[in-house]
Amino acid sequence: MADKTLTFKPSAARPAPSTQIKALAWLRSNLFGSWFDTLITLLISAILISFVPDLLKWLFIDATYSGDDAICRINGGACWPFIGDKFQVLMIGVYPQDLAWRPAVSAIALILLAYLTYSNRLRGAVLIAAWFILPIIALFLIRGSFGMQSVDQSSWGGLMLSIMLALVGVIVSIPCGVMLALGRHYGSPVTKVLCVTFIELLRGVPLITILFMASVMMPLFLPAELVINNLLRIQIGMILFSSAYMAEVVRGGLQAILKGQAEASLSLGVSPAKTVAMIIVPQALRHVLPPLVGRCIALFKDTSLVIIVGLLDFLGMIKGAALDTAWLGFQAEAYVFAAFVYWAVCYSLSLYGRKLEQRGPQSNR
Amino acid sequence: MSVKLQSSIAADETVIEMTNVNKWYGDFHVLKDINLTVAKGERIVICGPSGSGKSTLIRCINHLEEHQEGKIVVNDAHLDKNLKNITSIRRDVGMVFQQFNLFPHMTILENLCFAPVWARNLPRGEAEATALKYLDRVGIGAQKDKYPGQLSGGQQQRVAIARSLCMNPSIMLFDEPTSALDPEMIKEVLDVMIELADTGMTMLCVTHEMSFARSVADRVIFMDEGEIVEENEPHAFFDSPKVDRTQKFLSQILSH
Ligand SMILES: Nc1ncnc2c1ncn2[C@@H]1O[C@H](COP(=O)(O)OP(=O)(O)OP(=O)(O)O)[C@@H](O)[C@H]1O
Ligand SMILES: [Mg+2]
Repeated sequence: MADKTLTFKPSAARPAPSTQIKALAWLRSNLFGSWFDTLITLLISAILISFVPDLLKWLFIDATYSGDDAICRINGGACWPFIGDKFQVLMIGVYPQDLAWRPAVSAIALILLAYLTYSNRLRGAVLIAAWFILPIIALFLIRGSFGMQSVDQSSWGGLMLSIMLALVGVIVSIPCGVMLALGRHYGSPVTKVLCVTFIELLRGVPLITILFMASVMMPLFLPAELVINNLLRIQIGMILFSSAYMAEVVRGGLQAILKGQAEASLSLGVSPAKTVAMIIVPQALRHVLPPLVGRCIALFKDTSLVIIVGLLDFLGMIKGAALDTAWLGFQAEAYVFAAFVYWAVCYSLSLYGRKLEQRGPQSNR
Repeated sequence: MSVKLQSSIAADETVIEMTNVNKWYGDFHVLKDINLTVAKGERIVICGPSGSGKSTLIRCINHLEEHQEGKIVVNDAHLDKNLKNITSIRRDVGMVFQQFNLFPHMTILENLCFAPVWARNLPRGEAEATALKYLDRVGIGAQKDKYPGQLSGGQQQRVAIARSLCMNPSIMLFDEPTSALDPEMIKEVLDVMIELADTGMTMLCVTHEMSFARSVADRVIFMDEGEIVEENEPHAFFDSPKVDRTQKFLSQILSH
């Protein structure tokens, strides 16, 4: 045993690098790493400097926030009162103003359910049931059933119509897609051929063609009693189209499930049907959540095509507003606003999907 | 020895009977004329080199694999293509896998309640009470609300055993339950299996844990190339194997 005691003297800690140095280092490594990086950086800076200030000037500085078209024309910048004036028609179309609370309540219910889903307050069968019941209640409310003043669907429009088409499309096409994927993955040879044919047929055709067929051709071939209204036909067309894509997404998830999962469930004496419904499908959907959210976003954007078959969705209303003689010359504002709303909805969906992903048990692995 | 005597008293009741069972994967003959009779309460260890058909053999017993020739009778029921029959037999035959195969999207408690609720139609409260009882028995009661991915391998395998026991099976099949585990976790799983053996459960274990075989098994079966080459009670099996292939196999695994 040594008798001298050892004392440990820590050397003084180095100061943290100053933020200025850090910023410089960041710049050097990210923007000016090589002569090529430097060139790209300078080029992009030049482009940005050439139009961003003008854009900001038009969007905000010279913009008019209240007043009428005369003031707008004097100021020269963006004319936001125009959007304010058209706001209601953009949101709900020509839906009666005094009944506007109905779509508003539906929208709030949708946001609430999305929150309950995210916060894990609702789970399993209750959650699934809630997502199926919500659009049904919303439809009854917006149409005005059970003695309420009814609103004909020819006056549904605007963002409300876009969201309805996309929401119903997604909610119905996910289960359809799951069934198709299961048929393709586990079905008998005949089922397999049927599913593959359906999927490949619909994926091989542009959505616009399907919408035309639903809107124009179906009434030509069906007897008059069987012809359902235009909106419903278009909705069904979108569902069929989306189902084919959902099926392929879900199939990817099914392939990722290890054989042992089904074996464990079967060996416990659980029936094959329940094994698929409660062990395989939930895990498959969880695996493919990111592309599934991608399909939802794509479908929402695709609703803008219905303008071609005569429905006045959000983009349709934007177009109408841009042609209003009282506000002539303000199309740019209309389309900037349209782009902003589409972006805001899609980006929210994307963020929401990412939050859902992070929440599951998978993230612990 | 007294344990062995007890099991031979119960031996009048046959729970598994395989007669001339043959199975092929394409042209490959995996099981060749398997004859095996298991009495109630018997503990059987199956060993043999990799690819000899051990997994295939026990997976035929709960019909995860289909045999093409021969007869398999489990608890007086014939295994054939009748699906309803097979599902009800599986409720009575638990199986533990090498890779645990817990359901990753369910908590531990949900893993245990799943089959009792959906295959036996037990009320959830009752299923949870049983589940908690078995979780405590395998020493994982405190982890019931975690997800499988948050447990160690040994803990997951104990959960998998508890999950099978929740169905109240009369036979348990184990397919190399400790092969995917780190050495320090093997003992905790074997302890659970030994305790289970003490309750008189009928057990078929594919394992290379020879100490387990010696202390627990009533019979050890050696398989090679799809055949049952030798079977004997453990002392005779390990101390004086009769067949060359058995001797060679034993010398290989015991030298590790
Ligand atoms: N689905 C399958 N298709 C074709 N051959 C298979 C299949 N499953 C297993 N086999 C083959 O059958 C033979 C027996 O497989 P089995 O899994 O029963 O062996 P095992 O004795 O359990 O081996 P191990 O100790 O490696 O688990 C192996 O040669 C294997 O390659
Ligand atoms: Mg094996």
